[in-house]
Amino acid sequence: MNDPVRSPDITTSLPPQIRPPKTRSQPGFSRTGLLFLALGVAGLCLPLVQFKANRIVLGEGFLLPAALPDVGWAIALLLALILGTALWQRLPLMPRLGLALLGLAGTVLALGFAAKGLVPQGNTIARAAPAAGFWLLCLTFALMAADALSRMGLSRPARWLALGLSLALIALCLGSGVLDQTSVMVEYAARADLFRRSLGQHLTLAFGSLAMALVVGLPIGIAIFLTPALRRGVLGALNLLQTIPSLALFGIMIPIFGWIAANVPGAAQIGVAGIGIFPALMALFFYALLPVVSNTLVGLTAVDPAVRDAAFGLGLTRRQVLLQAELPLALSVILAAVRIVLVQNIGLAVIAGLIGGGGFGSFVFQGLNQTAMDLILLGALPTIMLALVAGVALDLLVEAVSPKKGNQT
Amino acid sequence: MIRIQNLTKTYDRNTVVNDVSLTVDQGQIAALVGTSGSGKTTLLRMINRLVEPTSGQIHIGETDAATIPPHLLRRRIGYAIQGHGLFPHYTVGQNIAIVPQLLGWKPAEIAARVEELLHLFQLDPGQFRDRMPHQLSGGQQQRVGVARALAARPEVLLMDEPFGALDPVIRARAQADLREIQRRLGTTLVIVTHDMEEAVTLGDRIAVMDKGVLLQYGPPAEILTRPAAPFVEALIGKSERPFRLLSLTPIADIAEPGSAEGPALPPETSLRDALAECLWNGRDRLAVEGGGVVTLAALQARAEGAVR
Amino acid sequence: MIARLLLALAALFLVAFLLSPESFAALFQPLTKNGAPPIYTQTALLSLTLSHLGLVALAVLASTIVAVGLGVLVTRPAGAEFLPLARVITSVGQTFPPVAVLALAVPAMGFGAGPTLVALFLYGLLPIFENTLTALQNLPPSVTEAARGMGLTRRQRLFQVELPLALPVILAGVRLTAVISLATATIGSTVAARTLGEVIIAGLLSANTAFVVQGGLIVGLIAVLIYEGFQLAESAAARRTGQRLSD
Ligand SMILES: Nc1ncnc2c1ncn2[C@@H]1O[C@H](COP(=O)(O)OP(=O)(O)O)[C@@H](O)[C@H]1O
Ligand SMILES: [Mg+2]
Repeated sequence: MNDPVRSPDITTSLPPQIRPPKTRSQPGFSRTGLLFLALGVAGLCLPLVQFKANRIVLGEGFLLPAALPDVGWAIALLLALILGTALWQRLPLMPRLGLALLGLAGTVLALGFAAKGLVPQGNTIARAAPAAGFWLLCLTFALMAADALSRMGLSRPARWLALGLSLALIALCLGSGVLDQTSVMVEYAARADLFRRSLGQHLTLAFGSLAMALVVGLPIGIAIFLTPALRRGVLGALNLLQTIPSLALFGIMIPIFGWIAANVPGAAQIGVAGIGIFPALMALFFYALLPVVSNTLVGLTAVDPAVRDAAFGLGLTRRQVLLQAELPLALSVILAAVRIVLVQNIGLAVIAGLIGGGGFGSFVFQGLNQTAMDLILLGALPTIMLALVAGVALDLLVEAVSPKKGNQT
Repeated sequence: MIRIQNLTKTYDRNTVVNDVSLTVDQGQIAALVGTSGSGKTTLLRMINRLVEPTSGQIHIGETDAATIPPHLLRRRIGYAIQGHGLFPHYTVGQNIAIVPQLLGWKPAEIAARVEELLHLFQLDPGQFRDRMPHQLSGGQQQRVGVARALAARPEVLLMDEPFGALDPVIRARAQADLREIQRRLGTTLVIVTHDMEEAVTLGDRIAVMDKGVLLQYGPPAEILTRPAAPFVEALIGKSERPFRLLSLTPIADIAEPGSAEGPALPPETSLRDALAECLWNGRDRLAVEGGGVVTLAALQARAEGAVR
Repeated sequence: MIARLLLALAALFLVAFLLSPESFAALFQPLTKNGAPPIYTQTALLSLTLSHLGLVALAVLASTIVAVGLGVLVTRPAGAEFLPLARVITSVGQTFPPVAVLALAVPAMGFGAGPTLVALFLYGLLPIFENTLTALQNLPPSVTEAARGMGLTRRQRLFQVELPLALPVILAGVRLTAVISLATATIGSTVAARTLGEVIIAGLLSANTAFVVQGGLIVGLIAVLIYEGFQLAESAAARRTGQRLSD
C-alpha cells in the first residue's frame, strides 16, 4: 500500500549547497522574506492569547500590545523588526538563524508573561490559551529558522548538535516556569503524573511495536529473500493488512486478543489481553510489519551482485554471506524502514487513546469529547514533537550508515 | 545565411565563447569541431538564443536575431540534438507536426508535410506515423528528430552531435542521408561534432574551437593542409591526415584515360576508398565506371598535403 | 489475471453490500454477542460511504490543485527562491501525524466536516507536492531542451511537455494521498464528520465487533480499489510514453 523505501528526509534531502536562485529580474529583496513578513504581520494582527473564564467557554482575544500592558508595544515592535530583516537578502545565514530564534523566544516569552498577567492570582478556573497570533508567529519564526538552517548545509555532527540544542531550549523554556500560567501548562500541571504515564505508554506503543516488528519482520524478510516463491504471498498479505483503516484494526484487535487471552492456556499469563495497551500494541505491530519486511527484502536484493559473487568466491557459506556481506550492506535500507515505522507509529499510537490503550491519544480524545482545546493540545503537541524528533534523528542515523553516494562537494 | 560577429559568452568570470566571428553562406554546411568543453554547444545555442550572448551580434539572413522574441526566432530555425529529444508522449506524426502547428499551419497542410518528410527520411508513413518514439530503433528516432527539425522548412538548421548516440554503421548512413537531404533542400546547416572525421565528411567549412576561441575557419582541405595552430594539427591527428585529405575528393576528379583489370568503381568513390582498394588487392590502377582509370601514383600525389 | 478477478469480485461484493446490507446479516452474525444487531442501521451505510468518499474526494481534489500548483511554481524561475523552504516544509510536514493534524484543526474550525476536510487537505498536500517536484525536476533533459529549441513558450512547454510527462509520478502522489485520506477520514467521525468511522466507533462503544469489521471492510475495500485504479491509470500514462514505473 505505501511504498516502503520512501523516506522523506527532513534534513538530508536538501542539496548541500542551494544554488543561487535563477530569478530573471532580481527584485533586490528576498521573496521568501516577503512571505515571512506577511505571515508574521498577520500573526501580530491576530490575538496572541485568549482569555477564558473557564476551560470550555469561548474566550476573548488579546493582541500582543494589549496582552502585555507595559512592554507589549516594545516586544511587538521588536518582532516586527526581526520580520523586517527577513527581507534583507544579503544578511548572512548565521545572524538570520539567530534572529529567527530570538523572534521565537520573544513570542513564547510574550505568551508566558501575558498569561501570568491575565489570569488573576489563585484563580484555577480561568485560562489563558495561546491564540491564532501566537501560532502564526511561532510558525513564521520556525520557518525562518528552518530556512536558514537548510541553506547552511550543516555537517552531520552539526545537525545532531542543532537537534540537541533545540531540545535543550524547549526543555529550558518549559522547565523555567515562564509558561506555567498558559492553559496547556495548567492542564499539564493538573495531571503531571498522568502525563508521565501517558508518555511512557506512548513510547511503549511506538518502540514496543517497532521492536516486535523487527524481531518478527527481519526473519520474514530474509526468508522471502532466500525463497522468492514466498514473496508474492507474504507481501500481498501484509499489503492487505495496511488497507484496513487504523480505527478498525485497533477495534478488531480487542475481541481477537480477548478471545485468545480467555481461551488459549497461558496466553493471559504472558500478558495477552483484550483490554488496555495490548491490543493497541498488536495493531501497531501489524502496521509495522510491511515496511520492515519489504525494506529488508529490498535492501538485500539491492546488494551489488558482484559483492555477493566475490563473497561466495572467497568460500563463505550462505549464512556467512548473509551475515557478513548482505545484511551489513542492507542496513541503511532497513534503518529507513525503522524511521518510517517509528514516525508512523508515534502518530498512529494516538488512536490507542480511543480504545483505552493509553498514550497521548487519551488526552486528545478526552479533549475532543469535552471540547477542551487545551487538553487536545496537551496530547497533540508532544505527539508531534516526538514524531519530529524521531524523524530527524533517524534521518541522521540512516545517513550515517548509508554507503557514501559520491563526495558531496 | 548566418552571420556571427564578435560573439562572446561569459558565465560569472568564465569566458566560454570568446569573440567568435564567422559566416555560413546560404546552403552551406559549417561543422564546429573541438574537444569537449571548448564551447561548441554554447556557440550553437546562442544562434537560436537558447543561450543569450554576453556581447556580439547574430544575423539570420538579413534579420538581427536579437530583435525577435526568442520563441519566434526558434520556430524559424530547425534544431536537432543528440538523443533526439522526441516528445515521448507524442506519436511520430505529432512530433514532426509540432513546429508547423506552433506556426498555425492548416491541418491538411501539416498532414501533407508530415507525409512528405517521412517519405524523405525513408519511413513508411502508414507504418510509422502513429507509432510512439519508444517503438522505434535508435536510427529511426534520430531520423524523426531531424525530420521534425526540418518540418517548417527552416532556412537554417542547427544540430548538436545529432549522430552521437548511433553506432558507426548507422551513423555513416545517417551522415550520407543528411548531406543528400541538405543539398536537396538547400538548408543552411551548422553541425556540432567532436569527431573530425564527421566534420570532414559533412562540412563545406570547418570551424575549429578550443577554449572558447575560434582557431581556424575554412574548407576541409585548408584545415587539413594548413592547420593554423598546433591544436588544429593535433585534432586532425598526424597519422590520419593523408587519408582525411583523400576522403574529400571523388575519383572522377583525377581519373585519367586508360584501362585496368578488375571491377570498375563508381565515379563518386572517394580517393581514400580507392587507395584502400589498391592496397588491399595489390593493384596500382583501378578502373572507373564509365571509362578511365585511377592510378596509385596519382592517389599518392593527392595525399601529399605538405607540397600543396 | 487472478488478481483482476479478485478485484472485480471485491468491487461486486462492495456494491452488493452497500446496496443491501441486510442481505449479508448472516455473514456478520457470528461477530455479535447477546443478540446485538449484526448490521449498522443508524444511518444507511451507502449514505455514509458516499459522504465519506465525498469528503475524501473534495480534500484530495483541493490538495491536488494546490500541491501541483505549488510544485509548478517553485520549479519556475520566478519561484525558485521558495524551493528550499518548500522542501523543508514538505519533509517536516510528513512527520506530522495525521491524527494530530486532525485534532489540531478542531480548535481552529470547530466540529463537523470542516476540520476533517482541512486536515485531509493539508496532509494530502505533502505527497502530491513532493511527487510533483520530483517529476518536474527529473524530466528528460533532451526533451525539455528540444521543446525550448523548437520555440515553445514557457506556458506551452508546461502544458504540452512538462505536465504530461510528469503525470505518472504526480498520479502516484495523488494515489498515496487518496489512500491515506481514506483511512484518516474515519477518524473524522470522532469530531463529528459523517464518515464510515461512525460505524467503527459505534462498534467500539457498544463492543459490537460486527460494526467494527463492516466499517473497516468497506473502507479497506475502497482503499484497495482506489489504489489499483490509480495504478492502472499510472501505468497507462507511463506505458504511453515508453516509461516503466519503478514501483
Ligand atoms: N550554464 C552554464 N553555466 C556555467 N558554465 C557553463 C554553462 N554552460 C556551459 N558552461 C561551460 O562552458 C564550457 C563550454 O561548454 P560547451 O559549450 O557545452 O562545450 P562543448 O559543447 O564544446 O563540449 C564548459 O566548460 C562548460 O562547463
Ligand atoms: Mg557539447
